[in-house]
Amino acid sequence: MLSVKDLSVMFQTRRGAVDAVRGVSFEVAKGEILGIVGESGSGKSVTSYALMRILDAGGTIKAGEVNYSGIDLRRAAERDIRDIRGREISMIFQNPRAALNPIRKVGHQIEDVLRQHARATRYDARDKAIAAMEAVKIKDAADRYNAYPFELSGGMCQRIVCAIALACDPRLLIADEPTTGLDITTQKAVMDLVRDLIRARDMSSILITHDLGLAAQYCDRLIVMKDGLIVEKGDPVQIFSQPTHPYSRKLVDATPRSGASVRDLLPAENRAPAPRILPSGQPLVEVRDLVKTYAGKAGPVQAVKGISFTVNKGQCVGLVGESGCGKSTTSEMLVRLLDATSGQIVFDGQDIAKTPARGFAKDPRRADIQMVFQDATDSLNPRHSARQAIAEPLRRLGRMRGSTLGTRIEELAGLVGLPLSLLDRFPHQLSGGQKARVGIARAVALDPKFLILDEPTAALDVSIQAVVLNLLVDLRAKLGLSYLFVSHDLHVVRLLCDHVIVMKNGEIVEEGPAALVMSQPQNPYTKSLIAAAPKPPERAAVIDQLETTDAQHSAFHDQRAS
Amino acid sequence: MLAAFPRLRAILLRVAQAIPVVIGVVVISFLLTRALPGDPAVYFAGVAADEASIEETRVAMGLDRPLPVQFVHYVGDLMRGDLGQSLSSGRPVATDLANRLPASLELTLTALILAVVIAVPLGVLAATRPGTWVDHLCRVVVTAGVSLPTFFTGILLIYIFYYILGIAPSPLGRLDFIYLSPDHVTGFYLIDAALMGDWETWRGAAKQLILPAATLALFTLAPIARMTRAAMLTALSSDFIRTARAAGLSNRAVLYRYAFRNALLPVVTTLGMVFSFALGANVLVEKVFAWPGIGSYAVEALVVSDYAAVQGFVLAMALLFVALNLVIDLLYTAIDPRIGFDAQ
Repeated sequence: MLSVKDLSVMFQTRRGAVDAVRGVSFEVAKGEILGIVGESGSGKSVTSYALMRILDAGGTIKAGEVNYSGIDLRRAAERDIRDIRGREISMIFQNPRAALNPIRKVGHQIEDVLRQHARATRYDARDKAIAAMEAVKIKDAADRYNAYPFELSGGMCQRIVCAIALACDPRLLIADEPTTGLDITTQKAVMDLVRDLIRARDMSSILITHDLGLAAQYCDRLIVMKDGLIVEKGDPVQIFSQPTHPYSRKLVDATPRSGASVRDLLPAENRAPAPRILPSGQPLVEVRDLVKTYAGKAGPVQAVKGISFTVNKGQCVGLVGESGCGKSTTSEMLVRLLDATSGQIVFDGQDIAKTPARGFAKDPRRADIQMVFQDATDSLNPRHSARQAIAEPLRRLGRMRGSTLGTRIEELAGLVGLPLSLLDRFPHQLSGGQKARVGIARAVALDPKFLILDEPTAALDVSIQAVVLNLLVDLRAKLGLSYLFVSHDLHVVRLLCDHVIVMKNGEIVEEGPAALVMSQPQNPYTKSLIAAAPKPPERAAVIDQLETTDAQHSAFHDQRAS
Repeated sequence: MLAAFPRLRAILLRVAQAIPVVIGVVVISFLLTRALPGDPAVYFAGVAADEASIEETRVAMGLDRPLPVQFVHYVGDLMRGDLGQSLSSGRPVATDLANRLPASLELTLTALILAVVIAVPLGVLAATRPGTWVDHLCRVVVTAGVSLPTFFTGILLIYIFYYILGIAPSPLGRLDFIYLSPDHVTGFYLIDAALMGDWETWRGAAKQLILPAATLALFTLAPIARMTRAAMLTALSSDFIRTARAAGLSNRAVLYRYAFRNALLPVVTTLGMVFSFALGANVLVEKVFAWPGIGSYAVEALVVSDYAAVQGFVLAMALLFVALNLVIDLLYTAIDPRIGFDAQ
């Protein structure tokens, strides 16, 4: 149905020509779902944009053939390709809210496509748009027709994007990271919907994703891309169990999955034995009846409804939940950036909730509670070099100056595995993983006792995530830190945490030892979360072996894999 | 009932917010004129006045009473539409303003429409074809527009079109003496002449208007073109443009229905700002073209310390700005559905 041969795409940039895709060949058969997997910069999205001829300015197809049902897509006239887009081949995108025109009613956006491809007239466009919305299982479609994207949830926006893509019954659907940024249960709902529609309409599809687990679950065949090249093709189960290319092996290893330990995420040759951490039974942070109420438009909104939990010294507690469950509000109150409406936060025997958040920056306990932020890029000042970023807390709170400061910064860089030569670079000159290291170094600079990690790896590629997670494990052992690890990714939480708290609508619905909650969830919500997480094909036999060998090593080695 | 129409509520709320601003403007324009150096009674009493007649004028004007009482009287007069008597023209300030404000507004609005008609398409073209001759033209026009002062462009235009080419009429006011000014309906000559069906006069007024309007337009064109280009570039690189293109929408639809409407918001903001400083720049253009507008009136009044006129001018301008900002904000709500909800 679609055949791509030796496709090469080049981008003209200020630093000269960059080859984004370098000779890629693949086919998509009728009724097939093909997965293209790769990390950022692998050229997977660019490949799909090239097929649709919607490359950004500066991008050109340098060589190769793209043939769709006998039509030469590369050489087709712009007018012809426009007829094909949306009617024969359509696309859904990541970040659904941004993918919709913010100031146009969603119903009208669907109508635009229908009318462009002469599937509807002015008179029946409304009905057909509502029908398209019903096809993607939007309830009360007639009411939603008049909504603007900002009035809808992320999952609902993605359904609208799907409705736009599927309105004209295309034969091929290209899904470019369709669920990135969506909650895990929403992700499952959207993916199931897309898969069911593709099957029901006998369409073909290309699923582009960085999540190998997701791709393996939904695709018939996989392609692994790296640096604009295809490094491996094949059946998902086969790629998972016997990856032939070193890069796909690295990707498979780095994908968090049930049964793997945090060290298993690293390439086999970099696996140092995991440090043994024994959390003490002494409480470090005790949260009692914590409540946060926001003033909403329709009366007060309780974001956190009286939760209580304890983080022991040396313990890593995972806080899991979907967006809007109150986990970020809770972590902001704990780190004292936000004042609680009521309740206590007892830290080391003192109630820190009494100190207003506004004055906490001057509090001597500020240094004891630090935070690693979600987006490593956004949380660093773009005008400050890595050195300045790490120096900030040392100067302000540690009152360090001159050579003491310099020595400490270099010591910290060594601790987080940041090469000293990178210290004078600015955030935009650093990779995602390096920026994450700067953020962690800044957080541990003052020897805190308690570190709050707010989805520290959410924006990172899986192989980088693997390295950063291992770094966090090592740091915890070395510095005797206690963590509160906030995440929506259950696999990651299971890897890192001793204890898990599951939140929903501002309440704790379940908590307990990580292994127990993950294997035998009691609450229906926890069960649904675990069920929604993508399940990569099992490699049970291999993993069991690895775990027993890992368990035999107990001594701690400071060998970082970076 | 209003809760069911959040946008209507937001609009009414915004209109209500303008009321305290107007009150503030009245207070400030009152206090400002009292704070000015000099004694109005001395001026109003005339050159030949002695102590007694000055004191008499002071009592007659109510200036001997305490400030709050004066303020109440001032507000009372305002309510009746009485802005006081102009010293230099001898007419009520309200009449003077009513005569002159339309002249300024006609000039500014024509200039602004001219600028928008040229600058917005220029900016859109420059954004869709970066690096081409349109883009370079846009850059040249923008640079020229901001770097040439209005009095210079005005004189240059007069020199070329009136003195050398002889196409334009003499730069002496709103209408050549051979025409009779149209009946006063709106005060805008173009509109009044059109209402009368007197196309001869209309053409005469338009001829007089074109050079000063072009001068002012050149000055206001630059920021509008630049902002349109930047806003279009931002809009065109958004994710939703890619969605629209991937759905096969025509270039026209992508450009206008998707990109341009999103780019309008910053353009409207700029338009509001440009309108305010165009009113300021008016003074020079009015002087160069002997335009009987509010700007030249204010300058003359200030020079001869005609306080009632200055006070009336300040008040009129401030009210104009309040009205302008109100219109801009209401335009926002019309363009962007997100606003009605944030403006809580």
